[in-house]
Amino acid sequence: MKYMMFVVADPDAAAEAEPSEDDLTIEEWLADVESRGKRITGDALRPVSDATTVRVSHGQVLVTDGPFTESKEWIAGFDILECDNLDEAIAIAARHPQANGGKLELRPFWTDED
Amino acid sequence: MTTDADRATAEAITSVVAAERTRMIAGLIRLTGDWDLAEDCVQDAIERALVHWPQEGMPRSPAAWLTTAGRNRALDVLRRRETERAKLQKRAIMDEMGRDSTGQAEPESDDRLRLIFTCCHPALPLDGQVALTLKTVAGLSTAEIARAFLVSEPTMSQRLLRTKRKISNAGIPYRVPPDELLAERTAGVLAVVYLIFNEGYGQQEDYLAAEALRLARLLVDLIPGEDEARGLLALVAFQMSRRSTRFNARGDLVPMEEQDRSRWDAVLIEEGNWHLRRAASSGRSPGPNRLQAHIAACHSTAAAAEATAWGTIVTLYDALLAAQPSPVIALNRAIAIGFRDGYEAGLAALDALDAKALTGYYLLPAARADFLRRLGRAKEARGAYQTALELAPAGQPEQRLLQRRITEL
Repeated sequence: MKYMMFVVADPDAAAEAEPSEDDLTIEEWLADVESRGKRITGDALRPVSDATTVRVSHGQVLVTDGPFTESKEWIAGFDILECDNLDEAIAIAARHPQANGGKLELRPFWTDED
Repeated sequence: MTTDADRATAEAITSVVAAERTRMIAGLIRLTGDWDLAEDCVQDAIERALVHWPQEGMPRSPAAWLTTAGRNRALDVLRRRETERAKLQKRAIMDEMGRDSTGQAEPESDDRLRLIFTCCHPALPLDGQVALTLKTVAGLSTAEIARAFLVSEPTMSQRLLRTKRKISNAGIPYRVPPDELLAERTAGVLAVVYLIFNEGYGQQEDYLAAEALRLARLLVDLIPGEDEARGLLALVAFQMSRRSTRFNARGDLVPMEEQDRSRWDAVLIEEGNWHLRRAASSGRSPGPNRLQAHIAACHSTAAAAEATAWGTIVTLYDALLAAQPSPVIALNRAIAIGFRDGYEAGLAALDALDAKALTGYYLLPAARADFLRRLGRAKEARGAYQTALELAPAGQPEQRLLQRRITEL
């Protein structure tokens, strides 16, 4: 199963986060998932102040500054994972540094069978 | 004309079907990954049995007959599909039939346990976990589940469909979780059964609570070493032991102290006691289910309402509050203090509660009214009952009981 993992920054969660001895650094997390062949690709994204939203209405291209959501949370990065099942993806997400102080969203890809 | 033999056959069929249904569905889901196919084929096999067995007599192994009929039906359906996936599914079924006929080893864990853990996966919405557990594990019809949760049948049907789709779309594995996940996932399964029980127990028509009892028994059978599962089973058994005395003939609620204790179900109470003893032998300190079951046991085993061990109950509520802080548990603890230390002390304990956390909850003013009534402070009691009446669920037995109290003042 292929999953898109959105790495979500959440100021509320960040304020409440308590660092733990078990927390991995992003380098340690990457080394773990790459060595097991679980990460296809991924990257970090610039903040929403650099975002541009585009849509087309009545043939007009409408460009606005900022992200498409008004939420305080924003997508800070992504990873594309290849996992046996959701439980494996959950375990990988739970070890990501952003799990403590942010959140991860796992979204399965459409497949040919769908 | 129905003969005794027909009736005996009908009863035998019903009991075989009840015993085998879940196992059959669970096995077919493991082989095909297709929940709808599994449900349809098992239903079809049961219908065939209902036609054939009364005419031809019961087969030597009814369980094997049903399993084969279900698998053959699945093979028929899959043959018509002609997709790559259907070929793999067919192969899986035929391989298993081959293994069964040569008597090779069964899969290492019970399919029913796989089914339960998958239905209660935390990535599924809670209402979907509950509905799917009732549908596939307990075998209730969509109409019955809809009725229990006061939604229309199409709404419940959609909920079941969405939940099943998420299992396959999100890649939720069909398995018993590995050791490192087992404790947290087991707690999730127990929470679903508890929720089913709670939903059913408030209603006079308590088929949902009866299903919760069956589910709790199944869990204890499948995971006998899990002391919290035994705690849940004991709790449900104690509560269900009072099912025939909780309502009078008019459908009005009868408070526990007015119930005829000789009509409590002694077999269920013994079942509860037995599982609490077994759970205690695990050596683990009791979790929330066991603590609640011990509280229920104090009530179930008291010879009379006056003989209730309120001191023990308060201690148990203290432990429960520490394990699982909740304003409702704090309220119940305050009530127990009133019965242990006197009604004045009870009122003081109610005043000390976090009233904000219990805003809108009718049992807080109802408890206050109850202590005031016992203290003979009728005027204040009336006011508190009135407040409780306005907050209680409209038109329900709880409201009628409060109304009765006001009349009696």
